[in-house]
Amino acid sequence: MNLRDRLTGARLAFAGLVLIMVLLPSLATAFFVNFVMTQTLILGLAAATIVFLAKYGGMTSLAQLLMFGIAGFMFGNAALAGGARGLNLGWHPWAAVGFALLVTTVAAFVLGAIASRTTGIYFLMLTLVYGVIGYFVFAQIVEISGPGGITSIQRPDLLGPPIRLYYAGLLLSVLAYLGFRAVRRTAFGLALQGVRDDPVRMASLGFNVALHRTLAFTMAGFVAGLAGLLNVWWNGQIDPASISIGPTLILLIIAVIGGISSLEGAWLGAFVYVLVFTYLRDLPLVDRIGITEARFNTVIGVIVLAIMVLSPEGLTGIGQRLRRRLRRRVAAEAAPTAGDSLPVHTTQKELGGTRP
Amino acid sequence: MTAAVQSRFAESARDRLTALRRPSVVAVVVVAVAAAAWVLVFANGTPAGAAVDDPGKFLVTALDAVTFAGLLFVAASGFTLIFGLMRTVNMAHGSLFLLAAYVAIRVQEAMVGRSRNIDPADVGLLDWLVPLLAGAGVAAVLGLLIQQVFLQWNEGQEMRQTLVTLAITVVLADQMLREFGGLAQRVVWPGAVTHFFSIFGERYATTRLFMLAIAVLVGVLLWLWLTRTSVGMVIRAGVDDRQMVRGLGINIRRVFALTFLVGSFLAGVGGVLGASFAGAAPGTDGSWLLNALVVVIIGGLGSLKGAAAGSLLYGTVVAFSPAYLPSQYSYYAIIMTFGLLALVLAVRPYGLFGRPA
Repeated sequence: MNLRDRLTGARLAFAGLVLIMVLLPSLATAFFVNFVMTQTLILGLAAATIVFLAKYGGMTSLAQLLMFGIAGFMFGNAALAGGARGLNLGWHPWAAVGFALLVTTVAAFVLGAIASRTTGIYFLMLTLVYGVIGYFVFAQIVEISGPGGITSIQRPDLLGPPIRLYYAGLLLSVLAYLGFRAVRRTAFGLALQGVRDDPVRMASLGFNVALHRTLAFTMAGFVAGLAGLLNVWWNGQIDPASISIGPTLILLIIAVIGGISSLEGAWLGAFVYVLVFTYLRDLPLVDRIGITEARFNTVIGVIVLAIMVLSPEGLTGIGQRLRRRLRRRVAAEAAPTAGDSLPVHTTQKELGGTRP
Repeated sequence: MTAAVQSRFAESARDRLTALRRPSVVAVVVVAVAAAAWVLVFANGTPAGAAVDDPGKFLVTALDAVTFAGLLFVAASGFTLIFGLMRTVNMAHGSLFLLAAYVAIRVQEAMVGRSRNIDPADVGLLDWLVPLLAGAGVAAVLGLLIQQVFLQWNEGQEMRQTLVTLAITVVLADQMLREFGGLAQRVVWPGAVTHFFSIFGERYATTRLFMLAIAVLVGVLLWLWLTRTSVGMVIRAGVDDRQMVRGLGINIRRVFALTFLVGSFLAGVGGVLGASFAGAAPGTDGSWLLNALVVVIIGGLGSLKGAAAGSLLYGTVVAFSPAYLPSQYSYYAIIMTFGLLALVLAVRPYGLFGRPA
C-alpha cells in the first residue's frame, strides 16, 4: 500500500511537471522558454543517455556528445543544397533526418561493439578517445565539415516557430524518459542490469554480454542523435569546436550535477547548468570577486568538484538523502517500526562496478 | 614432476598456437603485412613515395616516429605509473602537462631576459634545463596536492576519483587561460642542440634526437628505480597486491604520495619537452590527455612495458599515416589512429600488456 501510494505520488508529480512545462509558454517570457528551457531540454535529453548507460549498463560514456554531433553534422550535410562547406546533398529535410539518425545509430553500433568488452574506467577512457578522435575527424576532413563547421542550417518547416522546437524538445524528452524507464522492465533491460552487476555470471547463464552492451550503447546513441538534431535546429549551425573535449566533459558534468544514477537528474543538471550559464553574469557583486562570464568554467568545475566530494549521487542524491532523513525523523516520531524501504546502495555498481 | 611441467609447457604452447589462429589475430597480421607492403612498394602518389624508391623519406619518417614515440612515452609513463599502483585514472594529467609547459616558458623568459623572439643561440643548456626542472617541479607539487586533498580519502572509488580529476581539469584549464592567455607559446631549445644534419640527402633536426635521448634517459631511470631500489620493489609489489604490502607493515600511503609526485613530475617533463617541440596553447592539455590515453589503452594500463610499446605503435601510426596516405586523403590520418585502437582492442581488450582490473 505504502509503495503504491508513493508510486502514484511520483507519477502525479511527473504529470504535474509535464503540465507546467506544456503551459510554460503562456506563463514565462519568450526568452526563458525559447532559450533557457529549450536548451535545458536538449542538453537534458543528451545527458539522459549518459545516465541510462551508467545506471542500467554500468558504462559511463563520454561519447554521447559525439553522437549528438554526428547527427547534427549529418543533417547539415544532407539537408543543405548550396552551403559553403559539406557534401551539400540537398535532400528533403525529413530524408535528411532519417539519414542523420541512421548514420548516428550505425556509428554508435560500431563504436559500441569495439568498446563492448571493456567496462568501468576503461570504457570511460575509450569513449573519451572516441569523442576526441571524432572531433578531429570533423575538424580535419573538409569534405564533411572542416574547422569552420556547417552554417545556416534551416529546420524543417513543421518546426519553424521557435515555440514548436520547444514542444519538440519536450515531447522527445518525455518519450525518452518514459522509454528508458520502460526498457528497464523489459527482458532486455533486466538482462542489461544483470550484465552490469555480474557479467561473468550472465555470460555463464548464456547471455551475450558484449551484444547487450553494444545494443544499449546503440540505443543511447540513437536518442543522443535526436538531441543532436534538436540542437542543430536550435543553433542553425554546428562546428567541430562544439564537440571538442571541453563540451564533452560539460555533458558528463551535467549528468553528474543531477546525479548520474537518476534519469530525471539529467534534466535537472541541464537546468542548473543553463541557469548558471545564462544568469551568472546578472548576479550582483559576482564580478566584484573576480568571477566574470569568462570564468564560467571555473564556477562549473568547482560546483562539480563540490558535488563529487560531498555526494557522488549529485543533486537528486542530496535531495533523496534529505528526504530519507526527514522521513526517518517523522517515522521515529510516529512509530518505532516503520515499513521503511531497504536502504538503497546501488551507486557504486552503477558508477562502473568497483571491486576491491 | 618434470613431465608434468613439460606437459604444461606443451599445453601453453598449444594455447598460444590456437590463439594465433583466432580470426581477429589473423586479421591483425593481414593488416600489418598489407600496411608494410603498401609503405615499402606500392605507396606511389603519396607525399613520401614508396620506400624502395625514396629511402631517405622513409628513414626520416621512421625517425619522426621514434622521436615522437619518445615524447609520448614520457607523457604516458607517469599516467600509467599512477594507475598501476593506485588504480587512479588521473584525468588532470594533461593539465599538469600544460601547466609545466607554461611555467617553463615563464622561467625561461625571465632567465633569458626577453619575452618574445628568443633566439636559440641566446639559450644556454642551463636556460633550458632549469625551466624544465621548475616546470616539472611545479607540476609534481600540484599533483601531490591534488592527491592529498582530493584523492587520498576516497581510495578505491575509481569512478568518483576520475570525475573529481575531470572537474579539476576543467578548473585548471580555465585558470590557465586566465593566467597565460590564449596565444600559442613555446619553450626555446638550447642553442647547443639546435642543428640540422643530413641523412640520405634529407635535413633532420638534432633537437628531435635530443628529445629522444631525454626520453630514453627517463625510461632507463624509471626502469632502474622500479627494479633496482627498495622503493621500486614496494611499488611493484603494490601493483600486484596492495593489501599484502599493507599487511607487511609498509606505509603504503607514503608510497602512494611518492608515486603521485613522480607521476606528475613525469607529466611536467613531458609538458616542457612537448612545449619545446610543438608549443603550448589552450587545448594542448586535452590533446595530450588524449595521447596519453591512446598510448595506455594500446599498451595496457599500469604497465611500463605497455607504455613503451604503445608509444612506439602510436608514434609510428602518427608519423607514417600523413606521409604514406595518398595525397588527397592525408586529412584522413586521424582515422588511422582510430583503426589502430580498434585493431588492438579487438585482439586484447585490456591493451597489449594490460590485464583486467
